[in-house]
Amino acid sequence: MKKLKQLLASGALLTFVSGLTHADYGLNMPVGVTETSRQVYDLHMLILWVCVAIGVVVFGAMVYSMIYHRKSQGAVASQFHESMTAELVWTVIPFIILIVMAIPATKVLIDMHDSSEADMTVKVTGYQWKWRYEYIDEGVDFFSSLDAASNEARQLGSDIDPATVENYLLDVDHPLVIPVGKKVRILLTAADVIHAWWVPDFGWKKDAVPGFINEAWVIVDEPGIYRGQCAELCGRDHGFMPIVVEVKSEEDYAVWLTAQKDTAAAAKLAAIEDLDPRELKMKGKKVYRSTCVACHQKKGEGVPGVFPAIKGSVVATGNIDKHINLVMNGKAGTTMAAYKDQLSDVELAAVITYQRNSLGNKVGDVVQPKEIAALR
Amino acid sequence: MATVIDTHDDHHDHGPASGLMRWVTTTNHKDIGTLYLLFSLIMFMVGGAMAMVIRLELFQPGLQFVDPSFFNQMTTVHALVMIFGAVMPAFVGLANWMLPIMVGGPDMALPRMNNWSFWILPFAFAMLLGTFFMDGGAPAGGWTIYPPLVLQGGDGFPFMIFAIHMMGISSVMGAINVIVTILNMRAPGMTLMKMPLFVWTWFITAYLLIAVMPVLAGAVTMLLTDKFFATTFFNAAGGGDPVLFQHIFWFFGHPEVYILILPAFGIVSQIIPTFARKPLFGYSSMVYATSSIAFLSFIVWAHHMFTVGMPLQGELFFMYATMLIAVPTGVKVFNWISTMWKGSMTFETPMLFAIGFVIMFTIGGFSGLMLAIAPADFQYHDTYFVVAHFHYVLVTGAIYAIMASVYYWIPKWTGHMYSEKMGQWHFWISTVSVNVLFFPQHFLGLAGMPRRIPDYSVQFAEFNMWSSIGGFVFGLSQVFFCYIVYKTIKGGEKATDQVWEGAEGLEWTLSSPPPYHSFTEAPEVK
Amino acid sequence: MSLEHAYYIPHDAKWPIVGSIGLTLLLGGFAAQLNGSSAAGMAMLVGFLVLVYMMFGWFGEVIDESEAGTYTKLEDVSFRMGMAWFIFSEVMFFAVFFGALYYIRIFSLPWLSGEGAGVATQEFLWKGFENVWPSNGPASVGGEYEKMGPWGLPAINTLILLTSGVTVTWAHWGLVANKRKQLIMGLAATVLLGFIFVGLQALEYSHGYNELNLTLGSGVYGSTFYMLTGFHGFHVTVGAIMLTVMLYRSMKGHFTPENHFAFEAAAWYWHFVDVVWLGLFIFVYWL
Repeated sequence: MKKLKQLLASGALLTFVSGLTHADYGLNMPVGVTETSRQVYDLHMLILWVCVAIGVVVFGAMVYSMIYHRKSQGAVASQFHESMTAELVWTVIPFIILIVMAIPATKVLIDMHDSSEADMTVKVTGYQWKWRYEYIDEGVDFFSSLDAASNEARQLGSDIDPATVENYLLDVDHPLVIPVGKKVRILLTAADVIHAWWVPDFGWKKDAVPGFINEAWVIVDEPGIYRGQCAELCGRDHGFMPIVVEVKSEEDYAVWLTAQKDTAAAAKLAAIEDLDPRELKMKGKKVYRSTCVACHQKKGEGVPGVFPAIKGSVVATGNIDKHINLVMNGKAGTTMAAYKDQLSDVELAAVITYQRNSLGNKVGDVVQPKEIAALR
Repeated sequence: MATVIDTHDDHHDHGPASGLMRWVTTTNHKDIGTLYLLFSLIMFMVGGAMAMVIRLELFQPGLQFVDPSFFNQMTTVHALVMIFGAVMPAFVGLANWMLPIMVGGPDMALPRMNNWSFWILPFAFAMLLGTFFMDGGAPAGGWTIYPPLVLQGGDGFPFMIFAIHMMGISSVMGAINVIVTILNMRAPGMTLMKMPLFVWTWFITAYLLIAVMPVLAGAVTMLLTDKFFATTFFNAAGGGDPVLFQHIFWFFGHPEVYILILPAFGIVSQIIPTFARKPLFGYSSMVYATSSIAFLSFIVWAHHMFTVGMPLQGELFFMYATMLIAVPTGVKVFNWISTMWKGSMTFETPMLFAIGFVIMFTIGGFSGLMLAIAPADFQYHDTYFVVAHFHYVLVTGAIYAIMASVYYWIPKWTGHMYSEKMGQWHFWISTVSVNVLFFPQHFLGLAGMPRRIPDYSVQFAEFNMWSSIGGFVFGLSQVFFCYIVYKTIKGGEKATDQVWEGAEGLEWTLSSPPPYHSFTEAPEVK
Repeated sequence: MSLEHAYYIPHDAKWPIVGSIGLTLLLGGFAAQLNGSSAAGMAMLVGFLVLVYMMFGWFGEVIDESEAGTYTKLEDVSFRMGMAWFIFSEVMFFAVFFGALYYIRIFSLPWLSGEGAGVATQEFLWKGFENVWPSNGPASVGGEYEKMGPWGLPAINTLILLTSGVTVTWAHWGLVANKRKQLIMGLAATVLLGFIFVGLQALEYSHGYNELNLTLGSGVYGSTFYMLTGFHGFHVTVGAIMLTVMLYRSMKGHFTPENHFAFEAAAWYWHFVDVVWLGLFIFVYWL
């Protein structure tokens, strides 16, 4: 009850203050930063004003009638109840208005469907609950999930005020980076359930359907950081898989791309080395907190009946090969995904070691990255 | 054609039996109508309670009360309960009560089946709501139950599937009964084009129901076999397609939307002439418009799925067809306004709700037209703009019409006038709060808030808070509505047979409340 | 005119609630069974028996009323319309599965194999997949299998069902002409053909499962094949049971040349499953 009161009080305060200070909240669709988004915005405004105009006429007539044709004003009811002319008029005129709206809509739609002659291609795969970005022909491939600060604050009962977190729920660890002014073809698919990739400033969203690829494209005019969210219900953490796109100048993009390739090479090297158990556990904790915690919970207790516990579980305290297999290949028909594509050898080794030797488990064995690599 | 009854059973009582078994075994259309309406009211409160949980969690950014998976269960079951448990049974209840009387018939054509149509529902909903207590909780994949997400459900999944099957059986039987009643039970002289519009709209609705409920049944059956019997209808690995489900679902779903609104059109077309004291303008064009809407509803389904990645030709076709719906819908609105024009209006509660319907449904219609434009829909889709849109057409549309009809006919049903003062209060509190609740959601959606999320970034905080406050007030005002209904059943000023000065139609020629068997003589139809 | 006698309104319907209980036990039991509950089979059985009891009771009551001359032309029309609309709802149910087959063959398989909008789908996800019907999809779900050809059992079954359509019509002529013997013989032949059809269908399934490795899990081909023919087979069984009841009633001397709605309803239903079969033969077995 106290909590509720607190909420109401702070809520009321928030309204008044924010009305004065946050002048930047949006009421309307963003104009966006692409040709498409501007076309869509114009279309949106066109229909909106058409609707407003019709609304003024229709509601105006209604209000007039309600004021002047009321019994208390002494109005006597006419008995007319038919007019072919009227029916024709209000069938034909709306029809013409519709045609006027359909013409620009058709044009925009045709443009949006043309993803030919792209300068580069990024394959985007939706996972529960993160995005994977693969730069086709570049060998750059990474996952993008909710950033740590938001993730901590969004836990039930975290007691962290979201207002203190920068870009709360709209920030990720590794944003998608693309060059400005280039036509980027985006191939959308999903690994588990349907997701939808949406950055409002780009002017469109599209579903990521498992087993199929949808094509879309974008040319961004200005460098900057653009944020969006998954727009198709995809399970428990649907609200927590944002999209961040960093649009860089061509030179900066080239620098970034080289750095990414170097990091990838370094990671490959690292996978050959053995790590000491303590380091594995430390790395594992990080992976666990970003990847496993959503379902299996902070202390590995799970959610009874929905997500099994890791603490004291048969898998995490039993045969290690079975444990590795489950994490790498997932379990069909459940939310437990196959993580072999989502995590690197080091990350897999680390998180499995962590699960077996933490969260109340004390098995004492260790998995090294090269053992994982051998299983691929 | 007309009345009743026990031809060979002389000692049989012509009134109702007493006790609980009266309600379990009744074949009387009014009893069954009452059961439907009460059931619908209970479900309205259950679904409303879930909406309150949703609005409570969304009151502020951050997660304060429920786990995200429970939140998803709330949004999913809220929708299922409101659509299949509140709005549809309310309309069927109204049909049961009013159709036989309005066409001057003795009862529904198939009275025993009528009983079964109702008595499946409590079992179906017990099954659906029972899933909350199972491992994995209630279905949480959205009321649209898209695979593959819905296939991840826990023990509740098959129960939900079978609950939907049962609701479908109930709806199809109910709809068959409505059609047969209208075609076969009319009083002499009650030609089709003399039928009140409520009868007409229900006639068309029943046709839609019979056409699409089996489609839903087929769709959920495929879900069941995909999960438990290794079929791959919705799995690309086996050659299927998750999007196939969406096509089938919306082939059901779009006509379903009209199932939820056509009877409301009928109700409003009854009420406005009464309180304008003027005959309905353009009766025949109303009938044709309703039929056109029903026809179009079968060829527009994919506008719910513009973003799934259809070929261009598909998107263009569904965009054009959807835009066309604006024409007959517009005709209806213009006819209502012309009915009011130069009338002699008074504004009792039913009229207030009917006018509220016309205005706010039209707002929902406008946002619907915006959503029809495919390129713009790429921005609107799956945001709060859509949430605002369908709540305008369903809450201030369908539910407002149901409220209007309750105030309009409750004097006839109970023989008591409701308290006009309370009714007016109910209307004004509801109307102010419902707009505080849903209007800001347009802005939220345009500004980029996706639907079906339990938490949001802080820029959306303010409108969400307003929306929640509106929601709580709207919720409370419906509790007040329950009280008004209870009070009217219990007593109140005696209602006349005519009830409303401008009312016309067979229902007003009967006493208030009508005798257990409505017409003992075939009524004369003017 | 006094309308006291115009339309029969039954009272005290106790069967619907029995039906609801039976249906809930059957479906709830089935759901629990799918979740792996061990006691669920019992609930299903009880539910099924309750439903059978309900049908005996309910239809029995209606038959008694009908035989007692309670119904006039008006009730008869209600029943007819009711049955016609029920069959329409069944048509829509089958339309879903035919629609799914259509979508899979016209859209999803071509896309998966890189046609039309599916270029990237094939290139990045299902490299090398070619669309040849029948298909169990790019991942060859369910493993190697063989197609169920049209010209063996299915052709014979087509003949059987078409013949049964003729015999039921012949029985109807007998009924209208008040030739009781022709009615009974026609019905008996129809029922026999109906059950032979179901038996052959069962044989075909066992052939599919045991020799062709064609199962429900054989990708979309297996899914659509068994779901369509399975639901059809179920409807044939129901229709044959309905006709069996009609046969029994005919032998007991029910029906008159003027008044035999139940017979006609069963016959309509039979023609409906007949037509569905023609669709199946063409779209599932042949094309």
